[in-house]
Amino acid sequence: MQWDIVIGLEIHVQLATRTKIFSGSSTAYGAEPNTQANAVDLAMPGTLPVPNEQAFRYAVMFGLAVNAEIERRSVFERKNYFYPDLPKGYQTTQLERPIVGPGYVDLDLANGETKRVRIHHAHLEEDAGKSLHEDFHGMTGVDLNRAGTPLIEVVTEPDMTNAEEAVAFAKKLHGIVTSLGICDGDMSQGSMRFDVNISLKPKGSDTLGTRTETKNLNSFRFMEQAIAHEVERQMDILEDGGTIVQETRLYNGDRDESRSMRTKEEANDYRYFPCPDLLPVEIDDSFIEQARDSLPELPDARKARFMEQYGLNDYDAGLLSGDSKLAGFFEDAASHGKDAKLVANWIQGEFSARLNAEEKSVADSPITGAQLGDLVVRIADNTISSAGAKKVFEALWSGEKDNVDAIIDAKGLKQVSDTGALEAMVDEVLAGMPDQVAQYQQESDPKKQKKMLGGFMGPLMKASKGQGNPKLFNEILVKKLGG
Amino acid sequence: MHNKSVAELSRELESGQVSSVELTQQFLDRIKREDGKYNSFITVTEEQALADAQAADAQRAAGNVTPWTGIPFAHKDIFCTNGVRTTCGSKMLENFVPPYDATVTANFRQAGAVCLGKTNMDEFAMGSSTESSYFGATTNPWGLGQGEKRVPGGSSGGSAAAVAARLVPAATATDTGGSIRQPAALCGVTGLKPTYGRVSRYGMIAFASSLDQGGTMARTAEDNALMLNVMAGFDPKDSTSLDREVPDYTVTLNEPLKGLKIGLPKEYFSDQLSPAMEQQVRNAVREYEKLGATVKEVSLPNAKLAIAAYYVIAPAEASANLSRFDGVRYGYRCEDPKDLMDLYTRTRAEGFGTEVKRRILVGTYALSAGYFDAYYLKAQKVRRLIQQDFINAFEEVDVLMSPTTPSPAFIQGEKTSDPVTMYLEDVFTIAINLAGIPAMSVPAGFVDGLPVGLQIIGDYFSEARLLNAAHQFQQVTDWHQREPQ
Repeated sequence: MQWDIVIGLEIHVQLATRTKIFSGSSTAYGAEPNTQANAVDLAMPGTLPVPNEQAFRYAVMFGLAVNAEIERRSVFERKNYFYPDLPKGYQTTQLERPIVGPGYVDLDLANGETKRVRIHHAHLEEDAGKSLHEDFHGMTGVDLNRAGTPLIEVVTEPDMTNAEEAVAFAKKLHGIVTSLGICDGDMSQGSMRFDVNISLKPKGSDTLGTRTETKNLNSFRFMEQAIAHEVERQMDILEDGGTIVQETRLYNGDRDESRSMRTKEEANDYRYFPCPDLLPVEIDDSFIEQARDSLPELPDARKARFMEQYGLNDYDAGLLSGDSKLAGFFEDAASHGKDAKLVANWIQGEFSARLNAEEKSVADSPITGAQLGDLVVRIADNTISSAGAKKVFEALWSGEKDNVDAIIDAKGLKQVSDTGALEAMVDEVLAGMPDQVAQYQQESDPKKQKKMLGGFMGPLMKASKGQGNPKLFNEILVKKLGG
Repeated sequence: MHNKSVAELSRELESGQVSSVELTQQFLDRIKREDGKYNSFITVTEEQALADAQAADAQRAAGNVTPWTGIPFAHKDIFCTNGVRTTCGSKMLENFVPPYDATVTANFRQAGAVCLGKTNMDEFAMGSSTESSYFGATTNPWGLGQGEKRVPGGSSGGSAAAVAARLVPAATATDTGGSIRQPAALCGVTGLKPTYGRVSRYGMIAFASSLDQGGTMARTAEDNALMLNVMAGFDPKDSTSLDREVPDYTVTLNEPLKGLKIGLPKEYFSDQLSPAMEQQVRNAVREYEKLGATVKEVSLPNAKLAIAAYYVIAPAEASANLSRFDGVRYGYRCEDPKDLMDLYTRTRAEGFGTEVKRRILVGTYALSAGYFDAYYLKAQKVRRLIQQDFINAFEEVDVLMSPTTPSPAFIQGEKTSDPVTMYLEDVFTIAINLAGIPAMSVPAGFVDGLPVGLQIIGDYFSEARLLNAAHQFQQVTDWHQREPQ
């Protein structure tokens, strides 16, 4: 049987505010456990939440960036459940009146088509703390540093039909929130977490099947794997005549396994009700207009500009504009490097390969865009060969030296491009190789001739101590030998 | 000395007739000697109080003086006090010492007042008799003369009894459904519940957040005004507090009442009220007529729905507010929990008393899937109707007057077995919290030797007018000066 796959996403985006959504504690990542939790975060008796205006500004900016309606009056509710990392015994979140209403994002697919994914809504809420199950010998540790960090939860319509679209959407959203500067986008630290809702239905059917939710996927790769895994699992069950249980599942990316966390019957009754400690939040036109004025360039606009300003093709522009850090790196390099196409090639080639090999993000790159730009300048102006350029790149990456020209000097990578000097060397080498010269001149097949040129290059490079410009050597040789 | 008001004591401190240390020692001695009969204090902070008194005397010597500098008083044990345990009348917080002050606490500290201790209360402010305290019931100073142990009302029964027994001239209190006015009435003292949002709730342990309001308790209206001067105001730590100018509430106390329009809600003079109580209240209203006020009957048609709506909304909010008492971070924790569920269930089963558990269950039920619309949403609609009743009434009159309670102080244990009878204690006070408006209870006579309270209800932010009306009444009556024997 043929199946249609139906995918919807829920994405938790940690907002990059300095302080928490309802308290003045810092949101910085990585501090000693419980050093960034004050009386409010600990839910001490009598403490009260005070909303952080910046979180609202960020949520509004997000709403504007995804073409959404901004709700003028949003209401916080309490979602009640007991867990040790939830100090108040309820999460303050939004349900009936979220701050961001319906919107959409357009995806450019690999086949050249544009796919629209609708956003159902996005709401503001507080993050929980963390339960630490290791290191406490039969007990659980609780770290409340993260408790109260502002999140927006983005909920899409079930508009995606395969893993590629879901990942493309996730990457697009990542690009939007990092470009807006409202999220650091660091998925390994949980700054963005994806829940995937998946169901299957017979091809062409109008009726949605029973869905499952796979929670807390924190990389694009795991997301893609988890979708493939879950689609296969559901397909196996359905083709065996079974039924899908509505449930929440946890995916283990390291083992490519998933297990049921809880079924619908086991689901909590969260007893939502409006939080009486927080008045409804009214957002007026001027707040929205200020947020609109503060919107930076977003990936779609940036892509168009890259094509226009740097003459990049659609593919290169798409790749370099999605992630704001990568885009920034490219622009730093291109403004130094003149030849934007060559910069783009180096970023997608050597640079990306090294980042991937070392599992680093652009932000952790040991070399700067400006340095890469300087390197590309020296390639373009023939100061160094591409082999020499790789050596310079290595030296920059390892931190040996930070100045491209200094590395070229120190390593003696500068090419000799003085035609007079090169001609003298060619004359000298050819004079020492009369047999090979005669052989070349007797050969009538230009292809074979071309191959024979290589026999002269070795001695020439040796004579020039490796610094002769190979392109110029080649030209001079052809001229001299061809007579 | 113990019969003097805050205003009088303030003048004596100012004139140097007495020092704060002397005053503080006298009240501390009185608490030590007398409070065995009443159990109005959970914690007495003798050492801290004497140190604060000494500091206050030094402040005075330095010329840095407020009307509260060196004045002894007490806090209801619901206001967090930095470094002093704050129990909320519960085993759950028996050993809880907050590392922060409530805003109200900080304000009195700032004003130089000397806190003698923390007063008893119904557990988590849930009750109308101060019998549900983990630290034992408080006894009303009135009625002891006849050999009867009567309740002081609640939940601020400790504050009311302490003021009535002259253990302190003033005490803070809180009111969610009548918890200031009802005990003030039953103990023959003067109490004010301000407009919701007038006094910060920060550091005041929550019962029902949309109804809770901190307020004042003292023997005179003037002292209530002095208290409110310290307590009222916007607090950036409480986003439900209101950013509105705070007047000096003492300035308008002496304005004449000529032309004041008084409304008597007919629903509050019903058969629930004993004829003897009604007589006292009508006598009080006649005093106001003598002072130049006019009186007419008004109607609050939805008032009868108030108790039902309140007992959905308040428990619903409480069920969430009390979830934080889980044994994980502070407060009581059960012995040797075998797993997380055991930790939660035993901590809460052992740490909370019966009435608190009853309300958590009621509130949880009302918010549950399938019941939310029928209970919580319906109750919120009723709440708006009740609010509208008051708005309509205040288009006709300046203040409303009624009895504070249907009957005087009852005997301990009389209503503990039937929660609904207990809930009806608040039949005249509860609608005011639902509407969020201010109201006072003022001593207005006696029935069978027990005090009767007159409730004066005002429009939003009319505290100055209420205090003015109460003060003028106290210039022509002496009910508030009567001392229990």
